[in-house]
Amino acid sequence: MSKRYYTLSVFTENKIGLLNRITAMFTRQHINIESIAASESEIDGIHRYTIVVFEDKNAVQKLVKQIEKQVEVLKAFHHEEEETVFQEIALYKLPSKTMNKAGFMEELIRNHNVRLLSVEEAFMVLEKTGQRHETQALLNYLQPYGLLEFVRSGRVAVTKPMATLESYL
Amino acid sequence: MSVSTEEKNKCSGAEALMRCLLAEGTELIFGYPGGAIMPIYDALYDYPELEHVLSRHEQGAIHAAQGYARSSGRTGVVFATSGPGATNLITGIADAMIDSTALVCITGQVSSKLLGTDAFQEIDIISISMPVTKWNYQVTDVTELPEILAKAFYIASSGRPGPVLIDITKDAQFALADFEYKKCNSLRSYRPVPNVSQEAIDRAAEIINNAKKPFLIFGQGILLAKAEAELRNLLEKTGIPSAWTILGLSALDSDHPLNMGMLGMHGNYAPNIMTNECDVLIAVGMRFDDRVTGDLKRYAKQAKVIHLDIDPAEIDKNVKTEVAVLGDAKETLQRLSAKLDANVHFDWISQFHELEKIEESKVKNKDLYPTEGPITMAEVIRMVNEKTGGDAIVVTDVGQHQMVTCRYAKFKQTKSKITSGGLGTMGFCLPAAIGAKLGAPERTVIAVIGDGGFQMTIQELGTLFQTKAAVKILILNNEFLGMVRQWQELFFDRRYAYTEMQNPDFVRIASGYGIEGSTVKEREKLSDALDGMLNYPGSYLLEVMVGKEDNVFPMVPTGASVSEIKLGPE
Repeated sequence: MSKRYYTLSVFTENKIGLLNRITAMFTRQHINIESIAASESEIDGIHRYTIVVFEDKNAVQKLVKQIEKQVEVLKAFHHEEEETVFQEIALYKLPSKTMNKAGFMEELIRNHNVRLLSVEEAFMVLEKTGQRHETQALLNYLQPYGLLEFVRSGRVAVTKPMATLESYL
Repeated sequence: MSVSTEEKNKCSGAEALMRCLLAEGTELIFGYPGGAIMPIYDALYDYPELEHVLSRHEQGAIHAAQGYARSSGRTGVVFATSGPGATNLITGIADAMIDSTALVCITGQVSSKLLGTDAFQEIDIISISMPVTKWNYQVTDVTELPEILAKAFYIASSGRPGPVLIDITKDAQFALADFEYKKCNSLRSYRPVPNVSQEAIDRAAEIINNAKKPFLIFGQGILLAKAEAELRNLLEKTGIPSAWTILGLSALDSDHPLNMGMLGMHGNYAPNIMTNECDVLIAVGMRFDDRVTGDLKRYAKQAKVIHLDIDPAEIDKNVKTEVAVLGDAKETLQRLSAKLDANVHFDWISQFHELEKIEESKVKNKDLYPTEGPITMAEVIRMVNEKTGGDAIVVTDVGQHQMVTCRYAKFKQTKSKITSGGLGTMGFCLPAAIGAKLGAPERTVIAVIGDGGFQMTIQELGTLFQTKAAVKILILNNEFLGMVRQWQELFFDRRYAYTEMQNPDFVRIASGYGIEGSTVKEREKLSDALDGMLNYPGSYLLEVMVGKEDNVFPMVPTGASVSEIKLGPE
């Protein structure tokens, strides 16, 4: 079977060690985690993990069942790319003097739609939200300008199907 | 100074644990004390209604708890200290996880202020046990303890059972808190028994009613759901032949006319062959383990598979199903049976009997009734059947003797066969048999063990000695790690790398523990020797010297299809 990107949404109780229990399922099935993000969900006290994997459908289906089997997991879903709306955030730290280069800031703002988060004497911090290819394009653009630091979050995603989590509880 | 009523009601975490155990109906604890669990043992000293079995190693304690749980149908309770005490439980926890046995393991832990400091006997047992527990939790706050214990018992025993580990820091054992216990019977994130879909039942019934060659295979799910009667009723109504996994053994009377025997690698000839001949395969409370299926690409491909199980994660895990019926087997079998037509399958069943005759002539007769050569394992088990009438609980270790016992032991009662199936843990038998006897004291318990596995937990003779539980230890001694030797013979050019054993005098060792025993080598003395063991009032060790290089057949070699089952080495 062919591999694709799948976004897993895992809804859990908020308990110490639960992330361990979930990631152990990936280790056991020999599936690499491309990215992971954790936050609260729309329901008070329920946490949501967004995990991206690159795998075949069969393996993902088995993985999701094993995750959902865990006592403190309420529900786990897997979705293909087109079934979700997703976004990542990336931060870029550059020497402040870069700003003075001709056309540099205009390119960033007009073509990359970045936000300027902070400017200090020595450095400035840019933020870009978008999909992987967008944050990557900006990274490629900034590399020659003496990029000091780069960090990108895991994907966060909401699903297009309209069933609510509450309907599963 | 007067003590207020409020303070009087407070109790220590250790005492709270005792009260929780009593509230859950615990009568027996298997354990081993140590530094970090001493407050709990100190509290236990004041609760004579909670009996404690002192093992000789924590692995012995947990296997005993498994044997107890499986013979009694109750939740086994284990105590161990922190560090090595806790890590020594891991093999048993893993065994209980893969064989779905309800256990609550309590481990002591260093004081909460020492957590993460590499304190003496500190180990992160929560992380270590995570992949082999159904649930685990570390209690550092005494006020949480009753609620956590209630959850532990509920999770361990409900749905598909499994082991739970609760790690309690020493300060939480000492700390005082109000005690109030409420049993747990639901958790919002946990659905132990899925709702049964009537639509799935109807679809399954339609397929089965139209089947010409239906075949039902079952596993431990029948025992765990107490669905023995529902299984028998369904089989008798529909006339469908059946076969079992080794954990499903004893759920159906061995001599029942619709019991066609054992599945899998060393199972019977007919059930393996017919798996690839049937048109509908109904699997109940079993998980299509690789030792049952052989090569999955050539497993029951011609059949429509109907899978009844309580665990949604088992559906389509190994074998793709036509219809999945989720739920507790007691309910699903009953509801399915109601929709099935009464039927008989004489011609289909006669095909099983034809194959059975082949197995009898090529394998069984010479296994069971040898007239020359050394004693065979099979003839020992045949004589045990004759002498016990199939009423004993038979516990086994892992290896050749296990397969032979599963193949030939006869059972009339349920919960009579206790073995380490999924994990294949050598050393399981002796402690599990002690626990099994304590869980079913009215029954005869026979521990059938190889010479290798016996020496893995031989120290539990001390536990047997101290508890005075009457366990009949039957060592089938071939002076080899027999199953590995068999594979070396068949697949590794007879290169017997480190499988021959120089064994001690087992009878003298038993004698050191005050346990009677004897050795038998000659066929003509075997019957009397078995009588001596079974009639002895109390524990007894009988060592039977069997053929050194006997093999277990039939055999589905690794990677072969079940229809390629071999009746001999040729």
